[in-house]
Amino acid sequence: MAQAQLPMNPETVDNPSEHKAWKWYDYFTFNVDHKVIGIQYLVLSFVFYLIGGLMAVVMRSELSTPDPDVIDPTLYNALLTNHGTIMIFLWIVPAAIGGFGNYLIPLMIGARDMAFPKLNALAFWLNPPAGLLILGSFFFGGAQAGWTAYPPLSEITANTAQSMWILAIVLVGTSSILGSVNFLVTLIKMRVPSMKLVDMPLFCWSMVATSVLALASTPVLAAGLVLLLFDINFGTAFFKPDEGGNLIIYQHLFWFYSHPAVYLMILPIFGIMSEVVPVHARKPIFGYKAIAYSSLAICIVGLFVWVHHMFTSGTPPWMRLFFTVSTLIVAVPTGVKIFSWVATLWGGKIRFTSAMLFAVGLLSMFVFGGISGVTLGTAAFDVHVHDTYYVVAHFHYVLFGGSVFGIYAAFYHWFPKMTGRMMNEGLGKLHFILTFIGTNLTFLPMHELGLQGMPRRVAMYDPAFTFINQICTVGAYLLAISVVPFIINLLWSWKRGDVAGDNPWNALTLEWTTNSPPIIENWEVLPVLRHGPYEYGMNGQSSEGAIETPEDAPVA
Amino acid sequence: MIGDRAPSVASPVLSLVSSPQSSLMTQIPASLITLTIGVVVTLISLWVGQNHGLLPEQASEQAPLVDSLFNLMITIGTALFIVVEGAILWFLIRFRRPKGDDSDGLPIDGNLPLEAFWTAIPAVIVIAVAVYSVNVFQEMGGLAPDSHFMMGHKSPDAVVAQAPTGTSPVAGDTLPLLADDATVLADGSTIAPGEIEYGYGANPVGSGKVPDLLVDVTGIQYAWLFNYPDDGIVTGELHVPVDRTVQLRINAQDVIHSFWVPQFRLKQDAIPGEETGLRFTATKVGEYPVVCAELCGSYHGAMRSRVIVHEQADYDTWVAQNAPNPTASSGTVAVNPVMNTADMSDRQYLTPMAETLGVDAHALAHLHESDS
Ligand SMILES: [Cu+2]
Ligand SMILES: [Cu+2]
Repeated sequence: MAQAQLPMNPETVDNPSEHKAWKWYDYFTFNVDHKVIGIQYLVLSFVFYLIGGLMAVVMRSELSTPDPDVIDPTLYNALLTNHGTIMIFLWIVPAAIGGFGNYLIPLMIGARDMAFPKLNALAFWLNPPAGLLILGSFFFGGAQAGWTAYPPLSEITANTAQSMWILAIVLVGTSSILGSVNFLVTLIKMRVPSMKLVDMPLFCWSMVATSVLALASTPVLAAGLVLLLFDINFGTAFFKPDEGGNLIIYQHLFWFYSHPAVYLMILPIFGIMSEVVPVHARKPIFGYKAIAYSSLAICIVGLFVWVHHMFTSGTPPWMRLFFTVSTLIVAVPTGVKIFSWVATLWGGKIRFTSAMLFAVGLLSMFVFGGISGVTLGTAAFDVHVHDTYYVVAHFHYVLFGGSVFGIYAAFYHWFPKMTGRMMNEGLGKLHFILTFIGTNLTFLPMHELGLQGMPRRVAMYDPAFTFINQICTVGAYLLAISVVPFIINLLWSWKRGDVAGDNPWNALTLEWTTNSPPIIENWEVLPVLRHGPYEYGMNGQSSEGAIETPEDAPVA
Repeated sequence: MIGDRAPSVASPVLSLVSSPQSSLMTQIPASLITLTIGVVVTLISLWVGQNHGLLPEQASEQAPLVDSLFNLMITIGTALFIVVEGAILWFLIRFRRPKGDDSDGLPIDGNLPLEAFWTAIPAVIVIAVAVYSVNVFQEMGGLAPDSHFMMGHKSPDAVVAQAPTGTSPVAGDTLPLLADDATVLADGSTIAPGEIEYGYGANPVGSGKVPDLLVDVTGIQYAWLFNYPDDGIVTGELHVPVDRTVQLRINAQDVIHSFWVPQFRLKQDAIPGEETGLRFTATKVGEYPVVCAELCGSYHGAMRSRVIVHEQADYDTWVAQNAPNPTASSGTVAVNPVMNTADMSDRQYLTPMAETLGVDAHALAHLHESDS
């Protein structure tokens, strides 16, 4: 254990002596500080979350009656396409990876910034134009072929809007590739010298897995989409069957990325869970190595399951069977994580903070989404529910009950670090209760809709399904309302919240060893690792003064 | 602090059930509690698996197979759900922080036997589910999508053998299964090998049999067309006899559609340029929805039709009423008065139904623009 305190990094940022904190306008510039970039990602993605949510509310309003009587079905398809696109590419991925990833990774490993700060800023600034392209595409009717953009539909519908949509995805995909390279290099090269790989907080492990996955899969999506763009605009025929093209190839290219994309959206959330649960349960994480390695297992197996999205498409029997088995295998490492978090609760002194409530809410709904995911993974059952509301229900349990709850938990957990002020617990609990009820009210009945015969992506449906759809619509309105206390809480606490101090949760990871908010290069003197990230109640550590303890505890 | 409260590592499962410092719990043997909980959870799960009532009625030979797989997964899923959610709830209540207690919890950071246990159990479960699902997949005919050879049927685009009883739906029942290559039949004519590589075909029991009825299905924006090559009928609704094997050859004209009959538990995409197929036997007389399950444009949701399963006699009557004059050439196509031919535009097709679909004239006009 290195005891010598490292001197402050002699390299300095542009003008560190002038101020120790950024001014508000710095957040609107090409700033290379990872913390500024992280907050830029979070704010931008949250704005798009609200836009995507508004689209969902309009769609649910349309679906409160069987007839297409609220909006034009063409607009409905544009909304469903861009709701999915925004929620994936402009909300969950940038918030979880770009936002919390950038903000936390250097702080968690004792680095002063990411490995390539300028590249990092560049990666962020690819996102606003992508968002503008998506919004602007509505002046041209909006892309209407679903977020999957299957040809031929995507090649014959709203060509301009579809092209803008493709460019937007290519931009965020590029951003994701740049960001992943940056995360990997940072995590491998920039840890404080006393931190071995197995001393990293689990969020760092999940970002390793996420980055590997993004690097392996995103270029394939880009390839597929560029071919699609050429088909639409330059007369090529890659996906035009009557000119010798092949439609199924597109689906393989698309899903080779887009199945891993669901792990891009959930692996960082798994990392957030592994940080939030131990701190608020006052317990060491249960099974550190199992959780760390299961992220890598999910990452690897997750690259070989994509055809489960194509069980009713042009896929031969062997493929349907092979991918049934590989898909089911993913349940094993995922189960390991879930059981480990549940076991972390056992024997704890659980504090029901808003962050913890969202983490536990996530756990309870992810269990459900995981089980429905296993049912979908079998080709023999998927043949019935593929492309139905059962699928919609499943992935909203995983992506809303999972990813969005995780992002909320992260907001409540790290807001004090980012702003130096606590969020209001009363508003936080109100937010949780509304969101939890709203989520289940909206998405639980959708399982039954799908099983009974309602396909997804429809603006009009069999009147027999009216009642269940109305329940879902009420739930969606509740979800829309649930955001209000959160926004009030964010704004009010940012200005007026109780002063947080450096380590309001008595947490043991390194980001809590610096000021709240951290100074520009994170620490005056780089921290030295005296204990593992989760040693609550261990090795003489108590919740008070764990970090300042004079004892020299062994690492992990 | 570590020593006295850490649970026994030797019995990891029980250690989860027995909670520290609980006088009530220590009086009753933990194994008994575990056993009781196990039995109750099993009984509840078995009951839920059989009685969930979530699925629509079963109307094809495949439906009970699919449902048995779903019921199995529901049973296992219910047990898992109760155990995991129960543990979460229990732990949350049992281990909530006492007021004013700012100390940390138990310093337990792992338990190898327990971790091995909960890695192995799900692995065993998913392998069991995988094996069972492969079996169901095979029983459904998933392994033999190309087993549809349509001898006995006069198909316009295939070389077809002369079957003994002509166009009767039961024709060819006794013909042997044909090999993958073109086969020379008894009368010297040849039959082309099946071209369908994707979908569901004959199940292992029915693999020697020839389907009783062949129907060509075409998806267009936003309708299904059913062409009976043997009878020269073209219709917008699928009529089939009960308890007969029906082979669908599925194509799409414009974009990808997906043919789905929820009560049959069968679905197969209709892909332009790539013929797919479904073979089924309807087991229950009645009317069931035919749904398009793949996003195919603005009126995707309106792309609904019906499959009508008749008694054989009723089916024969329907064929007789709708088939063209038997003396006319076989190329003639009977026109169903409701659903017209394939060369209608979407607007023409949708206009008569505009009222029921809730589509207004403006939307129809718009639709016409967008697909030009
Ligand atoms: Cu997937
Ligand atoms: Cu369709």
